[in-house]
Amino acid sequence: MGGFHSVPQDHRYRDLADKTGFSLEQIGNLHNRFKQLSHNEDTLRKDDFNKIPDLACNPIRAQIIEAFFDKRNFQSHGGGTVEEIGFEEFITVMSYFRPPSLNMSEEQREELRRVKLRFLFNMHDTDNDGTITLEEYRHVVEELLSRSGALCRETAKGIADAAMLEVASISMGHMEPDEFYEGITFEHFLTILKGIEIESRMHIRFLNVDTTVLCK
Amino acid sequence: MSALLRAAGGPHRSLGRRWSLLVAVFILSVMASSVAASVVRTGQRNGTTIHTDSKTNGTSHHTKKAFPVLSINYDYVRMPFEISLWILLASLMKLGFHLVPRLSGVVPESCLLIVVGLLVGGLIKLMGEHPPVLDSKLFFLCLLPPIILDAGYFLPIRPFTENAGTILMFAVVGTLWNAFFVGLVLYGVCQATGEELGEVGLLACLIFGSIVSAVDPVAVLAVFEDIQINELLHIIVFGESLLNDAVTVVLYHLFEEFANAGTVTLVDACLGMACFLVVSLGGILVGAIYGVLGAFTSRFTSHTRVIEPLFVFLYSYMAYLSAEVFHLSGIMSLISCGVVMRPYVEANVSHKSYTTIKYFLKMWSSVSETLIFVFLGVSTVAGPHSWNWTFIIVTIFLCLLSRVLGVVGLTLIINRFRIVKLTGKDQFIVAYGGLRGAIAFSLVFLLPEDHFPMKNMFLTAIITVVFFTVFVQGMTIRPLVELLAVKRKKDTKHSINEEIHIQFLDHLLTGIEDVCGHYGHHHWKDKLSRFNKSYVKRWLIAGERSTEPQLISFYHKLELKQALMLLETGGAAANVSMQNIQPRRPSPERLIPHMPKGREEEIRKILRANLQNTRQRLRSYSRHTLFEDPLEEEEEDFSEVQMRKKRVEMHRRMSHYLTVPAKPETPPARRVRFESDNQVFGSTPTSTPSSRFQVSLVPSIQVTRAPMARMEQMSQESVSLVDESSQQQDSEGKGATGSDGSLGTELNVIRGETDNLRLPRCFSDPGPNKIDEEDEDEEEHFMS
Repeated sequence: MGGFHSVPQDHRYRDLADKTGFSLEQIGNLHNRFKQLSHNEDTLRKDDFNKIPDLACNPIRAQIIEAFFDKRNFQSHGGGTVEEIGFEEFITVMSYFRPPSLNMSEEQREELRRVKLRFLFNMHDTDNDGTITLEEYRHVVEELLSRSGALCRETAKGIADAAMLEVASISMGHMEPDEFYEGITFEHFLTILKGIEIESRMHIRFLNVDTTVLCK
Repeated sequence: MSALLRAAGGPHRSLGRRWSLLVAVFILSVMASSVAASVVRTGQRNGTTIHTDSKTNGTSHHTKKAFPVLSINYDYVRMPFEISLWILLASLMKLGFHLVPRLSGVVPESCLLIVVGLLVGGLIKLMGEHPPVLDSKLFFLCLLPPIILDAGYFLPIRPFTENAGTILMFAVVGTLWNAFFVGLVLYGVCQATGEELGEVGLLACLIFGSIVSAVDPVAVLAVFEDIQINELLHIIVFGESLLNDAVTVVLYHLFEEFANAGTVTLVDACLGMACFLVVSLGGILVGAIYGVLGAFTSRFTSHTRVIEPLFVFLYSYMAYLSAEVFHLSGIMSLISCGVVMRPYVEANVSHKSYTTIKYFLKMWSSVSETLIFVFLGVSTVAGPHSWNWTFIIVTIFLCLLSRVLGVVGLTLIINRFRIVKLTGKDQFIVAYGGLRGAIAFSLVFLLPEDHFPMKNMFLTAIITVVFFTVFVQGMTIRPLVELLAVKRKKDTKHSINEEIHIQFLDHLLTGIEDVCGHYGHHHWKDKLSRFNKSYVKRWLIAGERSTEPQLISFYHKLELKQALMLLETGGAAANVSMQNIQPRRPSPERLIPHMPKGREEEIRKILRANLQNTRQRLRSYSRHTLFEDPLEEEEEDFSEVQMRKKRVEMHRRMSHYLTVPAKPETPPARRVRFESDNQVFGSTPTSTPSSRFQVSLVPSIQVTRAPMARMEQMSQESVSLVDESSQQQDSEGKGATGSDGSLGTELNVIRGETDNLRLPRCFSDPGPNKIDEEDEDEEEHFMS
């Protein structure tokens, strides 16, 4: 961890710790990583993310990077994207991946689930109209399969269509032939993903030990 | 007997009938076994008489005997006959239990089987015969491997690897703690009480402790299958029972050696630890090697599909035996062989072979399990016993105590490293689910008499512990689970949305870990799967299946299942269809009136009525599963499915022609018709009109694995047509897809697809459009 703490930074860390729920050591580590990625500048740009070598073989890399620059994830009111982010936004996005704590009441779990699913929803809903349209969903599936190489778009379309059909039939029940299902709203999204326990799945382990030395 | 069976289906007094049937089955089997026992005696006598007869015949030559019309030679078939009889008996018992649902709901099967074993053993003893004891060699070489292979082959990998740390902790540290605690305290008690117990040495106690402390996979499987507990707990207890075999083997051999040697040094203890590593890792390695061999072999079996399952079984069994040769952990070897082999074998092997493998494994493991429990009961009656109240009571008490302490203590440590912590309820179930079983019993049997003079006492104690855990814990765990409201197993399989998002989450979390700079669980998993895809799969999987990503195969399987469901239920009208989700052009003008619903219904009714025959045939195909296998998917013969798929497609196209009022096929009308069905209107001038008129209904057949791909392609083609003509500013500009829309399958018809299946007979009606060659070919194929 080292003696990176000067008094104002420590104060800031505490604020962030209260806001996001990380511990002070974790914030310190993440700050080191931030500095490493941004080459000691104050803000991160998309290019900096692109330079992470491990991320290169990730099929949904673009969406992940987008998520960091998406204002909706900053827990402030507003949409759109920004060009560069500071440490506070970085750590706010990271806080979506915190694990649930041991003694959480049912409502807290539910709230956590909503928050995490909202993050996922924002990742899919690129035009910020509150619904995931068929096009957007198709894009998601295509990106997911994009690294597989040989497969053509048709299969991806088929999968996305089938998935959309499923959402529609679960959420809307019976639909008349001339009714039109606009897209997956957040509530529908919550319903269809009720089965997988997001709050237990969507987390990574934030270490209290500094690992930035070990990786690029 | 058969009349009774037939009559047993009556609604009234069915329970009474079932009871009488059960009793009849039981009596029959008991009679069979007693007959076997007596036949043994008489058969031997008869065999000798015939033998002497022939001898006298040979020597005297003039003693004329009547030609024996009927003679008995039991010796000839003795061994296989008895084995088959036992297996038959066990299976009949199993059959009997399931006829009485109330009983099987309350008492787990294992208990009932042990009781049956006790009864049979008692009967045989009454007849004066010596009841057979569970031969350890038979147990370890024949009865145990199928169960372990079944467990290992179908091991759910994901939860296992996610909880690997926890499982290993429980298996290794937990078993060690149990062994030493029980052994040492028991020794203390023995010394304290003195008298005959005082002779029990420290090593004897330790070896007894190590045998009695191992959780038994057979018992755990038998009981946990019934109660359907949630995946996490199931995999923790079950994984522990599998992995602690290495510990048990090492401890057992270690203490046996020490008992021979007489003294223990520190070097020996260190060697013991090294031995543990060798045993476990060596076992895994041996299994992995055989697994890779098996996967490689399965790559070339495309011409000899019939023996594919045999390779799976043989390679696995060889892995087990090879590990046993070197005193490595056979169980771990078997597990790792199954785990390594499975993904590649499943990709290579035909559907029928896959089904065969699954069902054979289930069958063998079920038979083995039944036999084990029955023999346990019989051996109880047979075995030499020496009952010692103190020893036995103390043993049972210590087992429970050490288990509880071990689980609680370990959980405190483990929870610091786990993200999803184990709650108190979980701990209770883990502690309570630590059942002992036949492995412990067999291990005690293997103890050499000379070093362990109190072997009989151990035997009695072990049997009592096993009985206690299986009966008391096995019977009470179900009501306890319900009382504590422990989370149960999730029944449903993942929907496609869930599957997509699980994959999405995997990549997302890997990406976030990379951003964080932290090489965690996801990172390594991702690396492994990429390595798997680029190198290993190419070697071990035949053909182009090696590049198919998981989502695609999941989707194909899902499509297959839906098609089957469709067929079996006769196709209930789906609530939502493609047209509901397709973005529509806002212009609402319809150029052709929609066909009145009544007419559509009529047509559908006619078609539905014609379908009855086909459906009858299909229904008789439904299978009864032996077990509720959560991983089981419905599969069918591929060619049959393909036939059906083609039929469905054809019918869709037909219904398209039928649902639209037949206008003379003038090109404008045709254009209009297609347009109206697609709800795409002439207001889009710039899109290429020619593409719309293309009547090539079927795009070039792409060689995809699942026949369903064609159907989805149809739906996709129409969708892509909509894209093209609807002229949206597709952000991706995907409108210009190469393959043009198949106009035949437009959206109205896709709704029809989810309706009833039409018969090919309909094709005798010439469609209003000329069907192109491809359709004709298919028609031919169908009609013939």
